[in-house]
Amino acid sequence: MSKTISNANKTPLEFAEDWLGEGRKLALATVVETWGSAPRPTGSQLVIDGEGNFEGSVSGGCVEGAVVAEAFDVIESGKPGMLEFGVADETAWEVGLSCGGRIRIYVEPVVSDQ
Amino acid sequence: MNFELLRQLNSAKKSRIAAIVVSDLDAGTQGLFVEGDEIAQPEIAREASARFRSGKSGIAEIEGREMFFNAHVPSPRLVIIGAVHISQALAPIANMAGFETMVIDPRTAFATPERFPDISLYGEWPEDILKSQPLDAYTALAAVTHDPKIDDFPLISSLQNNCFYVGALGSRKTHAKRCDRLLAAGVTEAQLNLIHAPIGLDIAAANPAEIAIAVMAEIIEAFRKRGSSDGAKV
Repeated sequence: MSKTISNANKTPLEFAEDWLGEGRKLALATVVETWGSAPRPTGSQLVIDGEGNFEGSVSGGCVEGAVVAEAFDVIESGKPGMLEFGVADETAWEVGLSCGGRIRIYVEPVVSDQ
Repeated sequence: MNFELLRQLNSAKKSRIAAIVVSDLDAGTQGLFVEGDEIAQPEIAREASARFRSGKSGIAEIEGREMFFNAHVPSPRLVIIGAVHISQALAPIANMAGFETMVIDPRTAFATPERFPDISLYGEWPEDILKSQPLDAYTALAAVTHDPKIDDFPLISSLQNNCFYVGALGSRKTHAKRCDRLLAAGVTEAQLNLIHAPIGLDIAAANPAEIAIAVMAEIIEAFRKRGSSDGAKV
């Protein structure tokens, strides 16, 4: 097949595994529900480390900033959280999900086994 | 998500095995199931089974709890044996329908890039190509050369590797002879019954492009109904 596996098409979950192996603290954000014209489908994922590095996407770039901020809280507390963005929500306008859709994003810590 | 679950999920994905992560969004607990796992809780089992088939992720309310099912299903592939006229239509149609498609034919007069622009094309024997790129449960195989020397090996291989669809071109008479050869090669009666022959849904297709559409429709049906009671070939 003409496609080859390279860093360029490494999945967010593969990044998560590598980063966790390096001892980084991580959170994983997942689109769990969408209404209307959401930019990324349900199941889309973004992995974030404690320094604010991230891979993947949960929107077309509109809400990633807010998700990264939530990820810091999740990493700190070790407890999952739920975010909702939509046109009815003022913060959504601030972070710019203006395509008319609404999305719910679950942000959970990714923890090593020990 | 913990490291162990993440590792198991990535390993399933790398091996092209379908997996679902079920998260209880209220409790924050999580479990991983791969296709074929026995799931004790019937409502979760039903939901997971439907999502393995559709490949779609989403929330379901189970016993008053909000459960998120994240389905990680391998992308479907189609391997076409034979760079013939039907394949010239079937390969682009399959690509368009989202199937990663390759065409294999050792007859290099047929397997030319001019006849198959933008298609993964191999002018080699199927046994050589399938060694490095084995068939699996998310791969469909359509053998359309009519030539036993070319078709028989990949047909046997597709049955052994549980391809979700196996189709072979040829009249009922041609297929009867093929069955005799495959039986002699160790294929079981039950496996033979999985072969779609004559190939394609019966839409009275009258030319190569129409046959390609009939074959593609049959492949999509087999893919979307796999694992369900109505997916069993009749």
